[in-house]
Amino acid sequence: MEVLRLPLSASQKGKLISAGYTSIASLSSISPSHLALELKISETEALEILKSVSNGSRLESTSNSHTIVNGAQSAWEMLQEEETLVHITTSCADLDNILGGGISCKEVTEIGGVPGIGKTQLGIQLAVNVQIPYDYGGVGGKAIYIDTEGSFMVERALQIAEACSADMAEYSPLYRKGSQACEAKMMQPKDFLENIFYFRVCSYTEQIALVNYLDKFITEHKDVKAVIIDSITFHFRQDFDDMALRTRVLGGMALNLMKLARKFGLAVVILNQVTTKYSDGSFRLALALGDSWSHASTNRIILHWNGNQRYAYIDKSPSLRSASAPYSVTPEGIRNSASNNKRIKNT
Amino acid sequence: MANKLITEIGLPKSIGHIFAARNIITAKDALSLTEFELMELLDVGLAQVKSSVALISEVTSPHYQTVQSLLEQRVQSEYLMGHLPTHLKGLDAALCGGLPFGALTELVGPSGIGKTQFCLKISLLAALPSCYGGLDGHVIYIDVESKFSSRRLIEIGINSFPEIFCLEGMAKEMAGRITVLRPGSLTEFTESLQKVKVSVLQHQVKLLIIDSMAALVSGEYEQGPQRQHPLAWHISFIKSLAEFSRIPVVMTNQVRSRVANQISRYIFQAESRELMVEDNTEKFDSCLVAALGIHWAHAVNIRLVLESRSGQRFIKVAKSPMSPPLAFPFHVTSMGIILLNDDGVEMEGSQINAIDHQGHSDIIYHGDER
Repeated sequence: MEVLRLPLSASQKGKLISAGYTSIASLSSISPSHLALELKISETEALEILKSVSNGSRLESTSNSHTIVNGAQSAWEMLQEEETLVHITTSCADLDNILGGGISCKEVTEIGGVPGIGKTQLGIQLAVNVQIPYDYGGVGGKAIYIDTEGSFMVERALQIAEACSADMAEYSPLYRKGSQACEAKMMQPKDFLENIFYFRVCSYTEQIALVNYLDKFITEHKDVKAVIIDSITFHFRQDFDDMALRTRVLGGMALNLMKLARKFGLAVVILNQVTTKYSDGSFRLALALGDSWSHASTNRIILHWNGNQRYAYIDKSPSLRSASAPYSVTPEGIRNSASNNKRIKNT
Repeated sequence: MANKLITEIGLPKSIGHIFAARNIITAKDALSLTEFELMELLDVGLAQVKSSVALISEVTSPHYQTVQSLLEQRVQSEYLMGHLPTHLKGLDAALCGGLPFGALTELVGPSGIGKTQFCLKISLLAALPSCYGGLDGHVIYIDVESKFSSRRLIEIGINSFPEIFCLEGMAKEMAGRITVLRPGSLTEFTESLQKVKVSVLQHQVKLLIIDSMAALVSGEYEQGPQRQHPLAWHISFIKSLAEFSRIPVVMTNQVRSRVANQISRYIFQAESRELMVEDNTEKFDSCLVAALGIHWAHAVNIRLVLESRSGQRFIKVAKSPMSPPLAFPFHVTSMGIILLNDDGVEMEGSQINAIDHQGHSDIIYHGDER
């Protein structure tokens, strides 16, 4: 019953079936007025039904002509795009190296770790670093910071912004491109803070609503290039009795985020918490929200302790190899680790 | 915001009626279903469902603020940019002014180390008039373990602020601003929280102290299959209360013994064991961890660990989004807690999270029994 798969309301489907239209082919050569007469509906409604039929059939077309299937891209075109992909630096050279330049725009990256490892620190650092102007090798965009736990401290953001501004001032002679020293405007800490849009979310409903609303918001603020959600887990661990509902809702949210990342070419960074999981005969740490959520992100980074050093480990990525890099949290933000024998561990 | 009624959102009348007919009353009901589920339930086309959900989402979303305007707002309207000073110089410097408003601060440590002393001192500080550096407000103290000692409170007051407390009637006024609740069970605690919320919104309550959270639940939550944390609702509630009314919340937590095979490894770490540096903390004699598990550890914003090593007590800033990992040695005296060294020792690595309990035998109690 192909008609049942169309995105129509149940009563419309019912009318189509009772009038004898059970396959898409049967609707392909009918006029709206004829359909309206048969189903006893208005012509505009009939037109809409036929439109959704033609949309659906185009996507399923198996015609192997040279014309590209509507809505798809060839891998070659994607490669051209990927070469021009931009990255947001994390301010830690080792970490940027294993990430291929930094957190990539157009993808959803999930970062998880135990409390106190530096997830919020990394989030704030990225919200500041996305604003580094193009002339300094950055992306030059604005940031949206969605806080669900209340761990965003304005004073810390100010500290990190001041350090970034000072770094830029220090390196500015090196970055003057071209013969005319382009007057790259010096960014003051105040400017950095002005470009971070802060949302405080107090329940999972607000979280879902906000992710839905982001599409419209970003259309109005086209220069947003990073969306950081800190943390995605908090409200979903509290009072959800129905786990199946939780999985469905999280799935919908994951799709929305992926769509956002692709449509606007921005980086979506999701911070996740940690839980214990039973595997291989013992309890181990794992990122929260379950196995179905682990498919939601394109890249996954786990922050962990190894002895006295903090490490970031790439757990899952379609294009980066599994590697581990040390980093540290300093008063200026996230920086390279200070230890002498820092080696990138390839596993 | 989650409970916003669909009727108030301003959907076109026809759709609005359909939502009501199918018993979708609040935004929460509508947003908990996927678009296809809504289409099935309401029997309308996809385009209509999409536009309705978009409108509901737009109205239910929280509003944004730029961080700069947040900063300016705090500088203007809040005391010390939103911090309650603890009068422990080193700690206040590390916390950018003091305990932050709108955030949960946790004190964890073995029994008798000084958590309740800290709470008594801080409740006094919040009650003091602003000319003496206080918040000039009421304090709600939820005392689960019956540790609150008003005699000790007055003693701390008289010794720390003699010039205030010798004034006529000041002691009564200050002590009068501290309200003590004594719930006997988790259910009573839940009820008290509801009452606290009402009171916070009505009166000038500037600080909420819960001593202690761990005493409300019994049993193990650090390991075992994942089940709903019994305090999950309470954590959420207290957080939004703190956020909404911009008050600091201080909570104390107990410690538990560390089990031999303490969970601290990820699946990928177990596989590459030879590359791992031996975790020093596992070899130590420190065999204590904070109670209430990792879920709780994620939920608090600031964690202050109190411990004792070789007879000296330390207060460590173990988790804070804005402080370096510092440890300060302290003493408990008649004035409450005082730091011996305001610079603090910066601790490396995950040492900052370890809770030690060596050489700690003297428990100083001034005044009465618990």
